[in-house]
Amino acid sequence: MSVLAIEGLTKRFGALVVTDGVSLTVEPGEVHALIGPNGAGKTTLIKQIAGAVAPDAGRVRLDGEDVTALPEHARAARGLARTFQITAVFPQFTARENVALAAQAKAPRRLWPFSVAARDAGLNAAADAALETVGLAGRAGELAGRLAHGEQRGLEVAMALVQRPRLLLLDEPMAGAGRDETDRLIATLARLKGRVPMLLIEHDMGAVFALADRVSVLVAGRIVATGAPEAIRADPAVRAAYLGTEAA
Amino acid sequence: MTLAAETPAPARAAPPLGAVAVVAALALAPLAFDAAGAGFWIVVLSRGLVYAVAAMALQLVLGRGGLVCFGFAAFLVIGAYAVGIPYHHRVEEGLVVLPLAMAAAALFALATGAIALRTRGVYFIMITLAFGQMVYYALTALSTYGGDDGMTLWGRSQVAGFDLFRDRRAFYWLCLGAAAGTWALVRAVSRSHFGRVLEGARQNEARMAALGFDVFRVRLIAYALSGALGGLAGALLANHAEFVSPAYGSWHVSGELIVMVVLGGFASVTGAGFGAILLAVLEEVLSRLTSHWKILLGLGVVGVALLARDGLAGALARWRGR
Repeated sequence: MSVLAIEGLTKRFGALVVTDGVSLTVEPGEVHALIGPNGAGKTTLIKQIAGAVAPDAGRVRLDGEDVTALPEHARAARGLARTFQITAVFPQFTARENVALAAQAKAPRRLWPFSVAARDAGLNAAADAALETVGLAGRAGELAGRLAHGEQRGLEVAMALVQRPRLLLLDEPMAGAGRDETDRLIATLARLKGRVPMLLIEHDMGAVFALADRVSVLVAGRIVATGAPEAIRADPAVRAAYLGTEAA
Repeated sequence: MTLAAETPAPARAAPPLGAVAVVAALALAPLAFDAAGAGFWIVVLSRGLVYAVAAMALQLVLGRGGLVCFGFAAFLVIGAYAVGIPYHHRVEEGLVVLPLAMAAAALFALATGAIALRTRGVYFIMITLAFGQMVYYALTALSTYGGDDGMTLWGRSQVAGFDLFRDRRAFYWLCLGAAAGTWALVRAVSRSHFGRVLEGARQNEARMAALGFDVFRVRLIAYALSGALGGLAGALLANHAEFVSPAYGSWHVSGELIVMVVLGGFASVTGAGFGAILLAVLEEVLSRLTSHWKILLGLGVVGVALLARDGLAGALARWRGR
């Protein structure tokens, strides 16, 4: 059974059809990359999958369960973790607290009122392990708002990891990161590949072709091609619509 | 990794030892005032402590939750009438009316919060203000219970049938106990897992939902807790003045409570408590100097807003760091 299956997802903003009958799946262990030019509707699609935006038509299934009517937090509770295109960390918490808070969402004491959250050794240990994975162990005590942009991208990934997701939605995780940080993030995601299914939106073609098992191309709200990375790279229609300009 | 457990939270509140010393000093203050023949200050400080309960309760929602509630006075006035109306019907038992005040205000917070917390920003401010004004006008229309004029109580709540709080020192200690309890509770909740979720939602609500937290529910619980403590403050206020009036629910009071939290430093429950006490003392001192004392107070608030955003708590932290 597919980890994620969306069927005929459609979203209009006024007369503009942003998502036009999109269907795609993410299979267990698979990294499915979604590429497309700016304005193709990638982020709007991610938001509908995550539950932040309600579709006008279509279904979203998570492990076979229809979650179309569920709010965002309920989908997250079912194992859907997400990173944001525009960095969305908690600026006044330390890096460690950011990740610990993400881990807290799945902890039995998630809303416990009589405890000191900052001294929860279990959450802190999980946070430190995830920070180690993304190469931020040395920055654990720094306020997230003071981290460099690329470090914040890494922090986003650490927060997603610690939720032990059943599906990871990655909305341009490398956006704005430097070359070294991009390489480290690719290496991190490559290590996770096979264990955590991912839907990856990314402009960095190096990352897409290094990680993806399948690639779908979204143009003006419609999927124009889906296939293995090599087949997509060779597809003349795709080259015309998109790759020709960016993957030279 | 072993470091993790020992690393303190970045925004560390005053250590409990300091708190114990402050409460002890405040507990001894009435004896000193009586000895100095300035017993009047016991009444002023009692009033400050009552407002401290309200301000610290508001701080949970405003400072920790980032929700600018402009109708907090509604909780106060509901708490006050939960003492006044039973008193009118010869129910003077504090063990009944204090829990009643807290429950009534918490219920009102739950009902109005369920609506108001669906809005954000300016809309939240306006809708809480609107609910507050509704309570205010409803109470002015209650002619059985004094309407506009309010009701005189001719005494204070009893405890198990005994008039324990007729004495101003005993009543002061009750207020101090309530303030200390509120401080400990709000501080504990703020530092807890629950408080971290509330604070996280203030910093980035969308991210909290994406992590799987039901932000609405967490805020509603915090709002109800805050309301219950506001009701307690209102019940104490009724006892303090031995009078209840719709004026406790006026929007001016909601504004003043926000000023207390801002004076105290917004992010600090300790600051909110001292902000309230400071305001009560300033009101007394300044009003003796000039009848235009509110201008002086206004200038002070402008100064804090411009020069010391972190208020009393921040000033104290800087002084300690030196």
